[in-house]
Amino acid sequence: MIKFTNVSKAFPKGGLALKDVSFHIQKGEFGFLTGHSGAGKSTVLRLIYAEEPVTSGEVRVSGFSVAEISRREVPKLRRRLGIVFQDFRLLEDRTAEENVAFALEVTGARRAGIAARVMRVLTQVGLAAKAKAYPRELSGGEQQRVAIARALVNEPTVLLADEPTGNLDERATRGVFQLLRDINASGTAVVMATHDLDLVRQAPYRVIELQEGALVYDSAVDDSRGQTAAP
Amino acid sequence: MNLTLREALLTFRRAPLLSALSVTTIAFSLFVVGLFGLVAVNLQQALRSVAERVEIVSYLLPGTPVETVTLALKDIEAFPEVQSATYVTEEQALARARSELSEFRDVLQELERNPLPASIEVKLKPAFRDVDHVNDVADRMRGFGFVDDVRFGRDWVEKLDHLRQIAAAVGLVVGAAFAVVAIIIIGTTIRMAVLQRTREIAIMRLVGATDGFIRRPFLLQGAIKGMLGGVVAIALSYGAYVVINRWLIHAAFFTREQALAIIGFGTLIGFFGSAASVGRHLRRV
Repeated sequence: MIKFTNVSKAFPKGGLALKDVSFHIQKGEFGFLTGHSGAGKSTVLRLIYAEEPVTSGEVRVSGFSVAEISRREVPKLRRRLGIVFQDFRLLEDRTAEENVAFALEVTGARRAGIAARVMRVLTQVGLAAKAKAYPRELSGGEQQRVAIARALVNEPTVLLADEPTGNLDERATRGVFQLLRDINASGTAVVMATHDLDLVRQAPYRVIELQEGALVYDSAVDDSRGQTAAP
Repeated sequence: MNLTLREALLTFRRAPLLSALSVTTIAFSLFVVGLFGLVAVNLQQALRSVAERVEIVSYLLPGTPVETVTLALKDIEAFPEVQSATYVTEEQALARARSELSEFRDVLQELERNPLPASIEVKLKPAFRDVDHVNDVADRMRGFGFVDDVRFGRDWVEKLDHLRQIAAAVGLVVGAAFAVVAIIIIGTTIRMAVLQRTREIAIMRLVGATDGFIRRPFLLQGAIKGMLGGVVAIALSYGAYVVINRWLIHAAFFTREQALAIIGFGTLIGFFGSAASVGRHLRRV
Protein backbone atom coordinates (compact mmCIF):
# COMPACT_ATOMS: atom_id res chain seq x y z
CA MET A 1 0.00 0.00 0.00
CA ILE A 2 2.60 2.54 1.17
CA LYS A 3 6.20 1.46 1.06
CA PHE A 4 9.23 3.60 1.85
CA THR A 5 12.58 2.04 1.01
CA ASN A 6 15.71 3.89 2.14
CA VAL A 7 14.08 7.23 1.51
CA SER A 8 16.00 10.44 2.04
CA LYS A 9 14.73 13.94 1.43
CA ALA A 10 16.95 16.97 1.28
CA PHE A 11 15.71 20.55 0.93
CA PRO A 12 17.98 22.97 -0.88
CA LYS A 13 18.21 25.27 2.13
CA GLY A 14 16.92 23.12 4.97
CA GLY A 15 19.36 20.27 4.92
CA LEU A 16 18.28 16.65 5.30
CA ALA A 17 14.60 16.33 6.31
CA LEU A 18 14.48 12.53 6.07
CA LYS A 19 17.38 10.15 6.45
CA ASP A 20 17.20 6.66 5.05
CA VAL A 21 13.63 5.96 6.15
CA SER A 22 12.05 2.59 5.41
CA PHE A 23 8.63 1.29 6.43
CA HIS A 24 5.66 -0.49 4.94
CA ILE A 25 2.04 0.25 5.75
CA GLN A 26 -0.36 -2.49 4.75
CA LYS A 27 -3.74 -2.20 3.17
CA GLY A 28 -6.37 -1.29 5.75
CA GLU A 29 -3.81 -0.53 8.44
CA PHE A 30 -3.91 2.41 10.88
CA GLY A 31 -0.50 3.95 11.40
CA PHE A 32 0.59 6.82 13.62
CA LEU A 33 3.51 8.97 12.56
CA THR A 34 4.87 10.56 15.71
CA GLY A 35 7.75 12.75 16.70
CA HIS A 36 8.45 16.33 17.70
CA SER A 37 7.67 19.10 15.30
CA GLY A 38 10.35 19.23 12.67
CA ALA A 39 11.00 15.50 12.99
CA GLY A 40 9.85 14.89 9.43
CA LYS A 41 6.24 13.68 9.88
CA SER A 42 4.78 16.14 7.42
CA THR A 43 7.61 15.50 4.98
CA VAL A 44 6.72 11.79 4.95
CA LEU A 45 3.12 12.68 4.13
CA ARG A 46 4.15 15.20 1.49
CA LEU A 47 6.26 12.57 -0.21
CA ILE A 48 3.31 10.17 -0.14
CA TYR A 49 1.03 12.60 -1.98
CA ALA A 50 3.83 13.67 -4.31
CA GLU A 51 3.93 17.27 -3.15
CA GLU A 52 7.71 17.05 -2.88
CA PRO A 53 10.14 15.11 -5.05
CA VAL A 54 12.01 12.24 -3.41
CA THR A 55 15.76 12.90 -3.14
CA SER A 56 16.78 9.26 -2.96
CA GLY A 57 15.21 5.90 -2.25
CA GLU A 58 11.87 4.56 -3.34
CA VAL A 59 8.34 5.52 -2.37
CA ARG A 60 5.51 3.33 -3.62
CA VAL A 61 1.91 4.35 -3.00
CA SER A 62 -1.07 2.43 -4.34
CA GLY A 63 0.91 1.10 -7.27
CA PHE A 64 2.56 4.44 -8.11
CA SER A 65 6.29 4.94 -7.85
CA VAL A 66 6.29 8.44 -6.41
CA ALA A 67 10.00 9.00 -7.04
CA GLU A 68 9.42 8.62 -10.77
CA ILE A 69 5.89 9.95 -11.06
CA SER A 70 5.21 12.38 -13.90
CA ARG A 71 3.37 15.62 -13.36
CA ARG A 72 0.41 14.32 -15.31
CA GLU A 73 0.05 11.33 -13.05
CA VAL A 74 0.05 13.22 -9.76
CA PRO A 75 -3.71 13.96 -9.92
CA LYS A 76 -4.40 10.27 -10.50
CA LEU A 77 -2.38 9.37 -7.43
CA ARG A 78 -4.13 11.98 -5.32
CA ARG A 79 -7.55 10.73 -6.31
CA ARG A 80 -6.69 7.48 -4.57
CA LEU A 81 -5.74 9.37 -1.43
CA GLY A 82 -7.73 11.46 0.98
CA ILE A 83 -5.76 14.24 2.66
CA VAL A 84 -6.68 16.10 5.84
CA PHE A 85 -4.74 18.95 7.43
CA GLN A 86 -4.49 20.65 10.76
CA ASP A 87 -5.83 23.87 9.24
CA PHE A 88 -8.72 22.10 7.42
CA ARG A 89 -8.07 23.88 4.11
CA LEU A 90 -11.69 24.42 3.24
CA LEU A 91 -12.79 26.94 0.67
CA GLU A 92 -14.30 29.71 2.77
CA ASP A 93 -16.78 30.88 0.18
CA ARG A 94 -18.40 27.50 -0.33
CA THR A 95 -20.78 25.64 1.91
CA ALA A 96 -19.88 22.33 3.54
CA GLU A 97 -21.59 20.34 0.83
CA GLU A 98 -20.04 22.48 -1.90
CA ASN A 99 -16.60 21.89 -0.43
CA VAL A 100 -17.18 18.17 -0.51
CA ALA A 101 -18.79 18.20 -3.94
CA PHE A 102 -15.83 20.19 -5.24
CA ALA A 103 -13.52 17.21 -4.67
CA LEU A 104 -15.82 15.10 -6.84
CA GLU A 105 -16.27 17.74 -9.51
CA VAL A 106 -12.57 18.29 -10.05
CA THR A 107 -12.13 14.61 -10.76
CA GLY A 108 -14.80 14.79 -13.44
CA ALA A 109 -17.32 12.64 -11.57
CA ARG A 110 -20.76 12.21 -13.13
CA ARG A 111 -22.93 15.17 -12.15
CA ALA A 112 -26.00 13.10 -11.48
CA GLY A 113 -24.53 11.12 -8.60
CA ILE A 114 -22.67 13.93 -6.84
CA ALA A 115 -25.39 15.21 -4.50
CA ALA A 116 -26.19 11.75 -3.18
CA ARG A 117 -22.53 10.87 -2.63
CA VAL A 118 -21.91 14.15 -0.85
CA MET A 119 -24.87 13.61 1.45
CA ARG A 120 -23.73 10.09 2.21
CA VAL A 121 -20.26 11.16 3.41
CA LEU A 122 -21.62 14.15 5.30
CA THR A 123 -23.94 11.74 7.10
CA GLN A 124 -20.99 9.46 7.75
CA VAL A 125 -19.06 12.26 9.46
CA GLY A 126 -22.19 13.38 11.32
CA LEU A 127 -22.69 16.70 9.58
CA ALA A 128 -25.69 16.09 7.34
CA ALA A 129 -27.64 18.76 9.22
CA LYS A 130 -25.00 21.40 8.49
CA ALA A 131 -24.57 20.73 4.80
CA LYS A 132 -25.57 24.28 3.91
CA ALA A 133 -23.32 25.97 6.46
CA TYR A 134 -20.22 27.91 5.47
CA PRO A 135 -16.92 27.03 7.18
CA ARG A 136 -17.02 30.21 9.28
CA GLU A 137 -20.34 29.07 10.71
CA LEU A 138 -18.87 25.78 11.89
CA SER A 139 -16.73 24.91 14.91
CA GLY A 140 -13.18 23.66 14.44
CA GLY A 141 -14.24 20.06 14.98
CA GLU A 142 -17.06 20.43 12.48
CA GLN A 143 -14.76 22.01 9.91
CA GLN A 144 -12.38 19.10 10.28
CA ARG A 145 -15.29 16.73 9.75
CA VAL A 146 -16.11 18.52 6.51
CA ALA A 147 -12.46 18.17 5.48
CA ILE A 148 -12.61 14.46 6.31
CA ALA A 149 -15.83 14.11 4.33
CA ARG A 150 -14.10 15.79 1.39
CA ALA A 151 -11.19 13.38 1.74
CA LEU A 152 -13.54 10.41 1.86
CA VAL A 153 -15.90 11.27 -0.94
CA ASN A 154 -13.60 9.87 -3.61
CA GLU A 155 -13.42 6.57 -1.70
CA PRO A 156 -9.68 6.63 -1.20
CA THR A 157 -7.64 3.59 -0.29
CA VAL A 158 -5.57 5.66 2.13
CA LEU A 159 -6.50 8.62 4.28
CA LEU A 160 -3.55 10.86 5.16
CA ALA A 161 -4.08 13.11 8.16
CA ASP A 162 -1.46 15.71 9.08
CA GLU A 163 -2.04 16.71 12.73
CA PRO A 164 -5.81 16.58 12.18
CA THR A 165 -6.52 17.34 15.84
CA GLY A 166 -3.82 19.96 16.25
CA ASN A 167 -6.27 22.86 16.26
CA LEU A 168 -9.05 21.17 18.21
CA ASP A 169 -10.09 21.07 21.85
CA GLU A 170 -10.15 17.79 23.72
CA ARG A 171 -13.73 16.90 22.99
CA ALA A 172 -13.46 17.66 19.29
CA THR A 173 -10.19 15.76 19.21
CA ARG A 174 -11.84 12.66 20.60
CA GLY A 175 -14.68 12.96 18.11
CA VAL A 176 -12.41 13.37 15.10
CA PHE A 177 -10.14 10.55 16.24
CA GLN A 178 -13.11 8.24 16.69
CA LEU A 179 -14.25 9.16 13.20
CA LEU A 180 -10.85 8.24 11.79
CA ARG A 181 -10.99 4.91 13.65
CA ASP A 182 -14.44 4.23 12.21
CA ILE A 183 -13.17 5.03 8.74
CA ASN A 184 -10.28 2.64 9.27
CA ALA A 185 -12.64 -0.03 10.58
CA SER A 186 -14.52 0.12 7.29
CA GLY A 187 -11.33 -0.80 5.43
CA THR A 188 -9.54 2.44 4.56
CA ALA A 189 -5.89 2.65 5.59
CA VAL A 190 -5.19 5.72 7.74
CA VAL A 191 -1.83 7.39 8.24
CA MET A 192 -2.05 10.01 10.93
CA ALA A 193 0.78 12.33 11.83
CA THR A 194 0.46 13.59 15.39
CA HIS A 195 2.52 14.59 18.38
CA ASP A 196 -0.38 13.95 20.74
CA LEU A 197 0.92 10.92 22.64
CA ASP A 198 -2.28 10.55 24.66
CA LEU A 199 -4.07 9.84 21.46
CA VAL A 200 -1.42 7.36 20.38
CA ARG A 201 -1.71 5.46 23.67
CA GLN A 202 -5.49 5.24 23.36
CA ALA A 203 -5.40 2.76 20.51
CA PRO A 204 -3.39 -0.35 19.73
CA TYR A 205 -2.22 0.90 16.36
CA ARG A 206 1.04 0.84 14.51
CA VAL A 207 3.39 3.63 15.64
CA ILE A 208 6.25 4.99 13.55
CA GLU A 209 8.38 7.51 15.35
CA LEU A 210 10.70 9.94 13.68
CA GLN A 211 13.47 11.95 15.22
CA GLU A 212 15.32 14.58 13.23
CA GLY A 213 14.39 12.86 10.02
CA ALA A 214 15.40 9.37 11.05
CA LEU A 215 13.03 6.54 11.85
CA VAL A 216 13.82 5.64 15.48
CA TYR A 217 10.94 3.36 16.31
CA ASP A 218 8.46 1.26 14.35
CA SER A 219 6.11 -0.78 16.51
CA ALA A 220 5.56 -3.34 13.76
CA VAL A 221 9.25 -4.10 13.53
CA ASP A 222 10.61 -3.38 17.01
CA ASP A 223 7.80 -5.02 18.99
CA SER A 224 7.87 -8.20 16.95
CA ARG A 225 11.64 -8.30 17.34
CA GLY A 226 11.16 -7.78 21.07
CA GLN A 227 8.67 -10.61 21.13
CA THR A 228 10.94 -13.02 19.30
CA ALA A 229 13.85 -12.01 21.48
CA ALA A 230 11.85 -12.65 24.62
CA PRO A 231 12.02 -16.21 25.89
CA MET B 1 -24.31 24.66 -16.26
CA ASN B 2 -20.89 23.65 -17.45
CA LEU B 3 -18.44 23.42 -14.55
CA THR B 4 -15.78 25.57 -16.21
CA LEU B 5 -18.30 28.30 -16.95
CA ARG B 6 -19.77 28.06 -13.45
CA GLU B 7 -16.34 28.38 -11.81
CA ALA B 8 -15.41 31.28 -14.09
CA LEU B 9 -18.61 33.16 -13.32
CA LEU B 10 -18.43 32.36 -9.59
CA THR B 11 -15.27 34.44 -9.37
CA PHE B 12 -17.17 37.51 -10.48
CA ARG B 13 -19.65 36.92 -7.68
CA ARG B 14 -17.07 36.05 -5.03
CA ALA B 15 -14.61 38.81 -5.76
CA PRO B 16 -16.77 41.48 -7.39
CA LEU B 17 -14.46 44.33 -6.49
CA LEU B 18 -11.32 42.73 -7.87
CA SER B 19 -13.21 41.62 -10.96
CA ALA B 20 -14.55 45.12 -11.52
CA LEU B 21 -11.06 46.48 -11.02
CA SER B 22 -9.67 44.05 -13.57
CA VAL B 23 -12.31 44.94 -16.13
CA THR B 24 -11.77 48.67 -15.50
CA THR B 25 -8.00 48.36 -15.85
CA ILE B 26 -8.38 46.37 -19.04
CA ALA B 27 -10.97 48.86 -20.30
CA PHE B 28 -8.71 51.86 -19.74
CA SER B 29 -5.70 50.15 -21.27
CA LEU B 30 -7.74 49.33 -24.33
CA PHE B 31 -9.29 52.81 -24.27
CA VAL B 32 -5.83 54.31 -24.75
CA VAL B 33 -5.22 51.92 -27.61
CA GLY B 34 -8.68 52.82 -28.93
CA LEU B 35 -8.05 56.56 -28.74
CA PHE B 36 -4.86 56.13 -30.66
CA GLY B 37 -6.77 53.96 -33.10
CA LEU B 38 -9.33 56.75 -33.53
CA VAL B 39 -6.57 59.24 -34.31
CA ALA B 40 -5.08 56.78 -36.78
CA VAL B 41 -8.45 56.10 -38.42
CA ASN B 42 -9.15 59.82 -38.80
CA LEU B 43 -5.68 60.62 -40.04
CA GLN B 44 -5.98 57.87 -42.58
CA GLN B 45 -9.34 59.18 -43.68
CA ALA B 46 -7.99 62.72 -43.96
CA LEU B 47 -5.07 61.52 -46.06
CA ARG B 48 -7.43 59.51 -48.20
CA SER B 49 -9.61 62.54 -48.90
CA VAL B 50 -6.52 64.56 -49.73
CA ALA B 51 -5.26 61.80 -51.98
CA GLU B 52 -8.64 61.90 -53.68
CA ARG B 53 -7.50 65.14 -55.24
CA VAL B 54 -4.49 63.62 -56.91
CA GLU B 55 -5.20 64.30 -60.56
CA ILE B 56 -3.22 64.33 -63.76
CA VAL B 57 -4.23 67.04 -66.18
CA SER B 58 -3.10 66.78 -69.80
CA TYR B 59 -3.53 69.96 -71.81
CA LEU B 60 -4.32 69.31 -75.44
CA LEU B 61 -2.95 71.08 -78.51
CA PRO B 62 -5.47 73.50 -80.01
CA GLY B 63 -7.60 72.01 -82.72
CA THR B 64 -7.39 68.40 -81.58
CA PRO B 65 -10.45 66.69 -83.08
CA VAL B 66 -13.04 65.43 -80.63
CA GLU B 67 -12.99 61.98 -82.26
CA THR B 68 -9.27 61.62 -81.53
CA VAL B 69 -9.81 62.62 -77.92
CA THR B 70 -12.74 60.23 -77.51
CA LEU B 71 -10.66 57.36 -78.83
CA ALA B 72 -7.76 58.32 -76.56
CA LEU B 73 -10.11 58.51 -73.57
CA LYS B 74 -11.04 54.87 -74.15
CA ASP B 75 -7.35 53.95 -74.14
CA ILE B 76 -6.62 55.95 -71.02
CA GLU B 77 -9.55 54.51 -69.14
CA ALA B 78 -8.18 51.08 -69.93
CA PHE B 79 -4.95 51.84 -68.02
CA PRO B 80 -4.99 49.64 -64.92
CA GLU B 81 -4.20 52.60 -62.64
CA VAL B 82 -6.93 54.84 -63.94
CA GLN B 83 -10.21 55.29 -62.20
CA SER B 84 -11.70 57.87 -64.54
CA ALA B 85 -10.69 60.13 -67.43
CA THR B 86 -12.72 63.20 -68.29
CA TYR B 87 -12.53 65.37 -71.36
CA VAL B 88 -12.86 69.05 -70.58
CA THR B 89 -13.47 71.13 -73.71
CA GLU B 90 -12.15 74.65 -74.11
CA GLU B 91 -15.65 76.03 -73.47
CA GLN B 92 -16.10 73.99 -70.35
CA ALA B 93 -12.71 75.15 -69.10
CA LEU B 94 -13.74 78.76 -69.59
CA ALA B 95 -17.12 78.25 -67.95
CA ARG B 96 -15.43 76.62 -65.00
CA ALA B 97 -12.92 79.47 -64.76
CA ARG B 98 -15.74 81.97 -64.78
CA SER B 99 -17.61 80.29 -61.99
CA GLU B 100 -14.57 79.46 -59.87
CA LEU B 101 -12.59 82.67 -60.31
CA SER B 102 -15.35 85.17 -59.67
CA GLU B 103 -12.92 88.04 -59.05
CA PHE B 104 -11.73 87.76 -62.67
CA ARG B 105 -15.26 87.46 -64.01
CA ASP B 106 -15.10 90.80 -65.79
CA VAL B 107 -11.81 90.03 -67.47
CA LEU B 108 -13.00 86.61 -68.50
CA GLN B 109 -16.27 88.11 -69.74
CA GLU B 110 -14.56 90.48 -72.12
CA LEU B 111 -12.31 87.93 -73.79
CA GLU B 112 -12.62 87.89 -77.56
CA ARG B 113 -10.94 84.54 -77.88
CA ASN B 114 -10.92 81.66 -75.36
CA PRO B 115 -7.29 81.37 -74.19
CA LEU B 116 -7.89 78.16 -72.21
CA PRO B 117 -6.88 74.83 -73.76
CA ALA B 118 -8.99 71.70 -73.68
CA SER B 119 -7.76 69.02 -71.33
CA ILE B 120 -8.13 65.45 -70.17
CA GLU B 121 -8.37 65.06 -66.39
CA VAL B 122 -7.30 61.69 -65.11
CA LYS B 123 -8.11 60.36 -61.65
CA LEU B 124 -6.21 57.34 -60.38
CA LYS B 125 -7.54 54.45 -58.35
CA PRO B 126 -6.83 54.85 -54.60
CA ALA B 127 -4.04 52.26 -54.56
CA PHE B 128 -2.11 54.12 -57.28
CA ARG B 129 -2.11 57.65 -55.89
CA ASP B 130 1.62 57.78 -55.18
CA VAL B 131 4.53 59.47 -56.93
CA ASP B 132 5.73 56.48 -58.93
CA HIS B 133 2.38 55.62 -60.42
CA VAL B 134 1.43 59.21 -61.03
CA ASN B 135 4.74 59.75 -62.89
CA ASP B 136 4.22 56.60 -64.87
CA VAL B 137 0.75 57.57 -66.03
CA ALA B 138 1.88 61.12 -66.76
CA ASP B 139 4.65 59.77 -69.00
CA ARG B 140 2.18 57.66 -70.91
CA MET B 141 -0.07 60.68 -71.37
CA ARG B 142 2.82 62.63 -72.82
CA GLY B 143 3.14 59.89 -75.43
CA PHE B 144 -0.10 61.01 -77.08
CA GLY B 145 0.74 63.28 -79.99
CA PHE B 146 -2.05 65.75 -79.25
CA VAL B 147 -0.96 66.32 -75.67
CA ASP B 148 0.83 69.61 -75.22
CA ASP B 149 1.67 69.48 -71.53
CA VAL B 150 1.02 67.29 -68.46
CA ARG B 151 0.63 68.68 -64.97
CA PHE B 152 0.07 66.90 -61.67
CA GLY B 153 1.69 68.94 -58.93
CA ARG B 154 4.74 66.74 -58.39
CA ASP B 155 5.80 68.45 -55.15
CA TRP B 156 2.41 68.05 -53.68
CA VAL B 157 2.14 64.36 -54.50
CA GLU B 158 5.62 63.80 -53.10
CA LYS B 159 4.69 65.55 -49.86
CA LEU B 160 1.56 63.49 -49.61
CA ASP B 161 3.61 60.35 -50.08
CA HIS B 162 6.01 61.43 -47.38
CA LEU B 163 3.17 62.26 -45.01
CA ARG B 164 1.63 58.86 -45.59
CA GLN B 165 4.90 57.12 -44.79
CA ILE B 166 5.33 59.11 -41.58
CA ALA B 167 1.76 58.39 -40.55
CA ALA B 168 2.25 54.67 -41.19
CA ALA B 169 5.54 54.54 -39.28
CA VAL B 170 4.26 56.54 -36.32
CA GLY B 171 1.07 54.51 -36.32
CA LEU B 172 2.97 51.28 -36.28
CA VAL B 173 5.49 52.25 -33.59
CA VAL B 174 3.14 54.14 -31.27
CA GLY B 175 0.35 51.64 -31.82
CA ALA B 176 2.66 48.74 -31.02
CA ALA B 177 3.96 50.55 -27.93
CA PHE B 178 0.41 51.18 -26.68
CA ALA B 179 -0.53 47.60 -27.40
CA VAL B 180 2.50 46.30 -25.48
CA VAL B 181 1.70 48.54 -22.51
CA ALA B 182 -1.90 47.32 -22.58
CA ILE B 183 -0.71 43.71 -22.70
CA ILE B 184 1.59 44.23 -19.71
CA ILE B 185 -1.05 46.00 -17.63
CA ILE B 186 -3.73 43.48 -18.47
CA GLY B 187 -1.32 40.60 -17.82
CA THR B 188 -0.51 42.02 -14.38
CA THR B 189 -4.18 42.47 -13.57
CA ILE B 190 -4.95 38.90 -14.53
CA ARG B 191 -1.98 37.72 -12.52
CA MET B 192 -3.40 39.43 -9.42
CA ALA B 193 -6.62 37.51 -9.91
CA VAL B 194 -4.67 34.27 -10.12
CA LEU B 195 -2.57 35.05 -7.04
CA GLN B 196 -5.73 35.87 -5.10
CA ARG B 197 -6.81 32.29 -5.64
CA THR B 198 -3.52 30.62 -4.73
CA ARG B 199 -5.12 28.82 -1.80
CA GLU B 200 -7.95 27.56 -3.89
CA ILE B 201 -5.59 26.30 -6.56
CA ALA B 202 -3.55 24.47 -3.91
CA ILE B 203 -6.70 22.81 -2.58
CA MET B 204 -7.83 21.87 -6.07
CA ARG B 205 -4.51 20.17 -6.65
CA LEU B 206 -4.69 18.33 -3.35
CA VAL B 207 -8.01 16.76 -4.20
CA GLY B 208 -6.66 15.58 -7.53
CA ALA B 209 -7.62 18.25 -10.05
CA THR B 210 -5.56 18.13 -13.23
CA ASP B 211 -3.69 21.24 -14.39
CA GLY B 212 -6.07 21.49 -17.33
CA PHE B 213 -9.08 21.45 -15.04
CA ILE B 214 -7.59 24.20 -12.89
CA ARG B 215 -6.56 26.26 -15.88
CA ARG B 216 -9.81 26.27 -17.85
CA PRO B 217 -11.95 28.51 -15.60
CA PHE B 218 -9.10 31.02 -15.42
CA LEU B 219 -8.76 31.13 -19.19
CA LEU B 220 -12.48 31.61 -19.64
CA GLN B 221 -12.57 34.21 -16.91
CA GLY B 222 -9.63 36.07 -18.44
CA ALA B 223 -11.29 36.02 -21.84
CA ILE B 224 -14.57 37.30 -20.37
CA LYS B 225 -12.78 40.10 -18.51
CA GLY B 226 -10.86 41.02 -21.66
CA MET B 227 -14.05 41.07 -23.68
CA LEU B 228 -15.93 43.18 -21.12
CA GLY B 229 -12.93 45.50 -20.95
CA GLY B 230 -13.02 45.78 -24.74
CA VAL B 231 -16.71 46.62 -24.74
CA VAL B 232 -16.23 49.29 -22.06
CA ALA B 233 -13.22 50.65 -23.99
CA ILE B 234 -15.34 51.00 -27.13
CA ALA B 235 -18.02 52.76 -25.09
CA LEU B 236 -15.41 55.14 -23.65
CA SER B 237 -13.97 55.75 -27.11
CA TYR B 238 -17.46 56.48 -28.40
CA GLY B 239 -17.93 58.99 -25.59
CA ALA B 240 -14.64 60.64 -26.52
CA TYR B 241 -15.67 60.63 -30.16
CA VAL B 242 -18.99 62.33 -29.40
CA VAL B 243 -17.24 65.04 -27.37
CA ILE B 244 -14.57 65.62 -30.03
CA ASN B 245 -17.17 65.68 -32.74
CA ARG B 246 -19.31 68.23 -30.98
CA TRP B 247 -16.65 70.60 -29.67
CA LEU B 248 -13.55 70.15 -31.76
CA ILE B 249 -13.46 68.67 -35.21
CA HIS B 250 -15.63 66.51 -37.32
CA ALA B 251 -14.19 63.07 -36.82
CA ALA B 252 -14.99 59.54 -37.86
CA PHE B 253 -15.63 56.59 -35.52
CA PHE B 254 -14.51 52.99 -35.87
CA THR B 255 -16.26 50.80 -38.35
CA ARG B 256 -18.07 47.82 -36.89
CA GLU B 257 -15.15 45.58 -37.88
CA GLN B 258 -12.59 47.85 -36.19
CA ALA B 259 -14.65 47.96 -32.99
CA LEU B 260 -14.97 44.18 -33.02
CA ALA B 261 -11.21 43.94 -33.59
CA ILE B 262 -10.55 45.95 -30.41
CA ILE B 263 -12.93 43.76 -28.40
CA GLY B 264 -11.31 40.70 -29.92
CA PHE B 265 -7.87 42.06 -29.01
CA GLY B 266 -9.02 42.47 -25.39
CA THR B 267 -10.45 38.98 -25.33
CA LEU B 268 -7.23 37.50 -26.70
CA ILE B 269 -5.02 39.39 -24.23
CA GLY B 270 -7.29 38.30 -21.39
CA PHE B 271 -7.09 34.71 -22.54
CA PHE B 272 -3.35 34.55 -23.14
CA GLY B 273 -2.58 36.71 -20.08
CA SER B 274 -4.44 34.17 -17.97
CA ALA B 275 -2.75 31.27 -19.71
CA ALA B 276 0.68 32.74 -18.97
CA SER B 277 -0.11 33.61 -15.34
CA VAL B 278 -1.78 30.32 -14.47
CA GLY B 279 0.87 28.35 -16.31
CA ARG B 280 3.64 30.06 -14.41
CA HIS B 281 1.78 29.65 -11.16
CA LEU B 282 1.04 25.98 -11.69
CA ARG B 283 4.64 25.22 -12.48
CA ARG B 284 5.67 26.73 -9.18
CA VAL B 285 3.17 25.16 -6.76
